[in-house]
Amino acid sequence: MSHTPRPLRRGLSAMTSYSDLQERLASTGYMAGDDLAMALHLAQALGRPLLLEGPAGVGKTEIAKALAQILNTRLIRLQCYEGMDASHAIYEWNYQRQLLAIRAEGTTEDALFSEKYLLKRPLLEAIQQDKAPVLLLDEIDRADEEFEAYLLEILSDFQITIPELGTMAAKARPHVILTANGTRDLSDALRRRCLYTYVGYPDRETELAILNARAPGVEARLAAQIVGVVQALRREDLEKKPGTAEMLDWAAALTGLGLTDLTQDSAAVQATLVCLLKTVADRDAVPAEVMERLVGRVA
Amino acid sequence: MQVTLFPTRAAGLADRMSGFAAHLRMNGLAVGPAETAAALSALTHVDATDAAEARRALKTLLVPNAEIWDRFDALFDAYWFNAGAIRQGTANSHVRPQTARPTLWAKHFESPLETDDAHGEMAPSSRGESDEAEGTEGRLIATRTDNLTRRDLREFVDEESLRDAERAAERIARAIRDRRSRRRKQARRGPALDLRRIQRASISRGGEPVDLFRRARPDRPMQIVALTDVSGSMTLYARPFLAFVRGLVSADTRAEAFLFHTRLMCVTPALRDHDTLRAAGRLSLMAEGFGGGTDIGGALATFVDQHARRLGSRTVVVILSDGYCTGTPGRLAESLARIQRKAGRVVWLNPLLGWSDYAPVAAGIAAALPHLDAHLPANTLQALAALEPEFAKL
Repeated sequence: MSHTPRPLRRGLSAMTSYSDLQERLASTGYMAGDDLAMALHLAQALGRPLLLEGPAGVGKTEIAKALAQILNTRLIRLQCYEGMDASHAIYEWNYQRQLLAIRAEGTTEDALFSEKYLLKRPLLEAIQQDKAPVLLLDEIDRADEEFEAYLLEILSDFQITIPELGTMAAKARPHVILTANGTRDLSDALRRRCLYTYVGYPDRETELAILNARAPGVEARLAAQIVGVVQALRREDLEKKPGTAEMLDWAAALTGLGLTDLTQDSAAVQATLVCLLKTVADRDAVPAEVMERLVGRVA
Repeated sequence: MQVTLFPTRAAGLADRMSGFAAHLRMNGLAVGPAETAAALSALTHVDATDAAEARRALKTLLVPNAEIWDRFDALFDAYWFNAGAIRQGTANSHVRPQTARPTLWAKHFESPLETDDAHGEMAPSSRGESDEAEGTEGRLIATRTDNLTRRDLREFVDEESLRDAERAAERIARAIRDRRSRRRKQARRGPALDLRRIQRASISRGGEPVDLFRRARPDRPMQIVALTDVSGSMTLYARPFLAFVRGLVSADTRAEAFLFHTRLMCVTPALRDHDTLRAAGRLSLMAEGFGGGTDIGGALATFVDQHARRLGSRTVVVILSDGYCTGTPGRLAESLARIQRKAGRVVWLNPLLGWSDYAPVAAGIAAALPHLDAHLPANTLQALAALEPEFAKL
């Protein structure tokens, strides 16, 4: 077809920016897999929100911080919770100040409902930025379904109506990232608006790269052992599998204790497991013998 | 997996992409023209001639959830590389393709067929591939114990002595329904002041807050979905349990009730019938095979596949069963996990739990336990009546 060459040329130029994005993320210490880097690239290219799902502690929240850093823009975060409503997510009038103003100066209604008395919450703040910020809606599945429905409206138009002030349209379209842990199923409508990526636990090489990037002080031998043990622990039957964040905590704990080899001091290693295993059942599931077996296999 | 052959005569990229969308639709993804257009425009932002890159771009764009995320690569290969025909095993067994999924009525039409099979020879009935996951062995057992004599359920709903069970259920239903939202809405009476409205109204009074408005937490009724096991091992309990479920359903217009043994059926309309004789007639028609084997996992999987839309964060799923199951425990755990993800609360009422030396060690119930919000005894009428405070706590 006649128009084929044009998309191809555009595609080639865009391809560099996709792997380029991956490299720039790596320079901030975030190792994004191919799938994730592609999703971020497309989210920016198409101007669509990106929905990230996956187990806890694999860096879903972290990606928003890394993105804000490479785009050199603000990160605006909205932590969702059950019962959250418009006055927490969008805006609220500062009633106390308004009352004081009425008493002290006897102001007019126009002055009373002006931006001076407006408390901006994350969503309103995000669409009022001159430079497109990264808007992180963390754990969206914790919010009520009503809020989700309202969010759909904002995500499609990027405008918010305040009855007293009028409609505020976005000055720059924010880069929206939503994360979910599977507390409840999200609506199909929201899923359709978003690009989707499942962020799983990283493989061995990626995790090693993350550890090296985040904790450069860890010796290569210890780093390989740490990653090996954590990867093996994830294959065990645990209630809460240790994520990347836990792995980094554990590495910090071990280096803090001055260990250079996991086989060196099994009592200390066992004591530091509090960084990895977060329930009583999991703690009991990994006694010293199991730990020695795991360490022995990777040593 | 439904395989769509790559159209060799396709005119161009757009044509092939719409073929891919049709292929995904046939495999149960909700992909429309908007997505096809988005996919085409996404390909202009990547190197579309690189298969791996195009795959990643389409994956992030078209996949809606984690289940399909794992399946997408197989679907992609099947269409773009014509590789699907030889890789039928790759499809995730519990995600049934939409077209292969039996419609709501299919199983009612299917039932006489099954009866014939069981009467004739002991051969397993020729059902579609959707049942393969259960394993032939499990199915045979379930078929053999399928008691297909018609049992009159009149006795189960008519008796005076069952009124107590019904009343207990009604109280519980009320306890469950009486839920408060955490969000506040404006209300005539309420514990919190609605400063926003007070302020707005005070303007017309010269800044004096004369009219006080309040905010309260509105009631958010919970919806009850009851799933009752009517297999052979539950025969003794079926009568009070059905009365109990009837109580749950009649107390709330949105409650739903299902019976299951080797199949699952919705009995809400029958239970809601005020003409008890007609209700009993309808029930006994539905409960053919009553008192046979159980496939809890299979029944729950059918429930999630077909009735998942009824579930929401304000749904309480009540399962009445003893947990003895001929299906695999893994399937039960998987279905329960899916129900738990969608529903607000999952409660299992177990008649055996009231026995003095019962421990939930049977494979089925042991696999189910991690996915339950509560596992409560229900062996006597007193135990049923005593459930009310437990439910109120949920």
